[in-house]
Amino acid sequence: MTSPLEQKKIKITRPSVVTANRTWDGVVIYRTAAKDWSTDLSHAAIVRAADEARALLAESVADDLGAIGAYIAPVEIGDGGRVEPGNLREQIRRSGVTIGLPVQV
Amino acid sequence: MYAYDEIDRTLVNERVSEFRDQVKRRLSGELTEDEFKMLRLQNGVYLQLHAYMFRVAIPYGTLSSEQLRRLAHVARRYDRGYGHFTTRQNIQFNWIKLAELPDALADLAEVGIHAMQTSGNNTRNVTSDQWAGVAPGEVEDPRIWAELLRQYTTLHPEFSFLPRKFKFAITASAHDRAAVKIHDLGLRLHKNADGETGFEVLVGGGLGRTPFIGKTIKPFVAGSDLLSYVEAIMRVYNQYGRRDNIYKARIKILVHELGVEKFAQEVEDEWQAMRDGALKLDHEVVEDIRARFSYPAYQKLAHMPEELKKAAHDPQFETWRKNSVFPHKVQGYGIVTISLKPVGGPPGDATAEQMDALADLADKYSFGEIRVGHEQNLALPHVARRDLPALWKALDRIGLATPNVNLITDIIACPGLDYCSLANARSIPIAQELTKRFANHDTANLIGRLHINISGCINACGHHHVGHIGILGVEKNGEEFYQITIGGRADENAELGTLIGPAVRFEEVADVVEDIVEAYLALRARPDELFVDTVKRLGVEPFRERVYATR
Repeated sequence: MTSPLEQKKIKITRPSVVTANRTWDGVVIYRTAAKDWSTDLSHAAIVRAADEARALLAESVADDLGAIGAYIAPVEIGDGGRVEPGNLREQIRRSGVTIGLPVQV
Repeated sequence: MYAYDEIDRTLVNERVSEFRDQVKRRLSGELTEDEFKMLRLQNGVYLQLHAYMFRVAIPYGTLSSEQLRRLAHVARRYDRGYGHFTTRQNIQFNWIKLAELPDALADLAEVGIHAMQTSGNNTRNVTSDQWAGVAPGEVEDPRIWAELLRQYTTLHPEFSFLPRKFKFAITASAHDRAAVKIHDLGLRLHKNADGETGFEVLVGGGLGRTPFIGKTIKPFVAGSDLLSYVEAIMRVYNQYGRRDNIYKARIKILVHELGVEKFAQEVEDEWQAMRDGALKLDHEVVEDIRARFSYPAYQKLAHMPEELKKAAHDPQFETWRKNSVFPHKVQGYGIVTISLKPVGGPPGDATAEQMDALADLADKYSFGEIRVGHEQNLALPHVARRDLPALWKALDRIGLATPNVNLITDIIACPGLDYCSLANARSIPIAQELTKRFANHDTANLIGRLHINISGCINACGHHHVGHIGILGVEKNGEEFYQITIGGRADENAELGTLIGPAVRFEEVADVVEDIVEAYLALRARPDELFVDTVKRLGVEPFRERVYATR
């Protein structure tokens, strides 16, 4: 998965969300339509055009205290409008590592 | 063990206070992330996929039992109960909260551990041979010089704002266990024709997207000249190193673009102007550091004690002993390598319980000392051979007696896409599958020494370029693919591996490795010809043919 850190410009070919990590503890979060953050992908604001994505990213980045490393990530909209991560990287960020942890939490 | 003095303790404690204030200001909004990022990186704090990652230095790979217990405490109290030992004698915690990091640092500082300069464009943790001070035939203990460099370079302005990160490694043995040829600056202690001890200086090694083997720029530098010579190298790097392009900023690119002769001459000119100045080392300075290293009071013991003769009847013990116990410079003692590569486990991980138990075993059997190797294994450096049977049983109870050191399942792997924000593909599941495929110890022994290295991206934290078999994860159209190289090695004969053909899918990697191994077993000239030597003799073509003929 190409790291979003290497994204040069915003291109939207699929539904997307803005995701980041929460500043105080690093937890994965998603930008909501209410201009807040949620740890639940299903609460994320969905964008479908580059202008929308740019605007959502700009307001997300502006919340420097709440979140770090905001970027645009693809999602897939499944049956009944269910939102799923659009690639393996985002799948891992939402669901955790694909291996058994040495210590089960 | 090295005993920190008051200056060291003050430095570490002041750094904790400073970082506590920086974190407080970040969480209050007084500092922006742009302002804070370099500060956190210089204290070993990265942002990864799931959380912050905290990298702690283990200088030259030496830990006391008290320090290991404290690492276990940090794993348990602030993280998820385990840590990951890296290829540069660091330990990483993957789930740490920024708000709790100052407390974690303070707990570590109490036992003299810190995270200074484990990231950022500065000199990183100075690494060395994990058998330093106990290896038979060693010129002298290289950690004395590693400690000197640690003291001199830590927070030194000349070394703190470099064009890019900078890694030292130092060895004093003929067989290089510290991988000095793939470091920015490698030092090999040896004796010259007059019997004097000094350093061969290699510069410009490194992996990543542009891999190079380090080149010797001076075959002998006396110990008293070490700091001035190193400073001359850094001045040339600071003057000419690229700061406009991150991909061309490492010293290896500068050495390559200037040419090694020109680079060496620039260093020589700089050095001649300063060699007899303030950086000329007094004998007393080195001896003071040497005196702060304590060594065990070894007993006079038999090489083959009764306990060992009796245990030799147990085939499981013998399998472990032959694989994991290595000669010590003192008769009656052995160096025990502890594999952190259990079948099906993530390479280099240890739980807090394992760390605590190992610290107890170190107290009981190894004078309270533990070592960390760049192969992501641990070692007990001073074990009386009479204690080996009891130690083996105790290690087995905590899952640390896997007899696969230097075998095909002793895999070096980066965290990959399961943790790392830079990764393109997963590394750990590939390693896990391979350890299952080659879990049979007789098969692994038949294959012999074979190092597999796996990286989840071109940054090469898993050192795939120098794996006997190297596996590099790449991304193609949103899918994980893996490039396979063979013939690399990281020792005194370091070489970069050669790509054998097109990348293969995630599901195919273990099959491809099996094909390569089967080809090797059929092609080797004799049972003791190592895989890497067979590749050297025959080239990659027979292996390429075997892998791709049916794909």
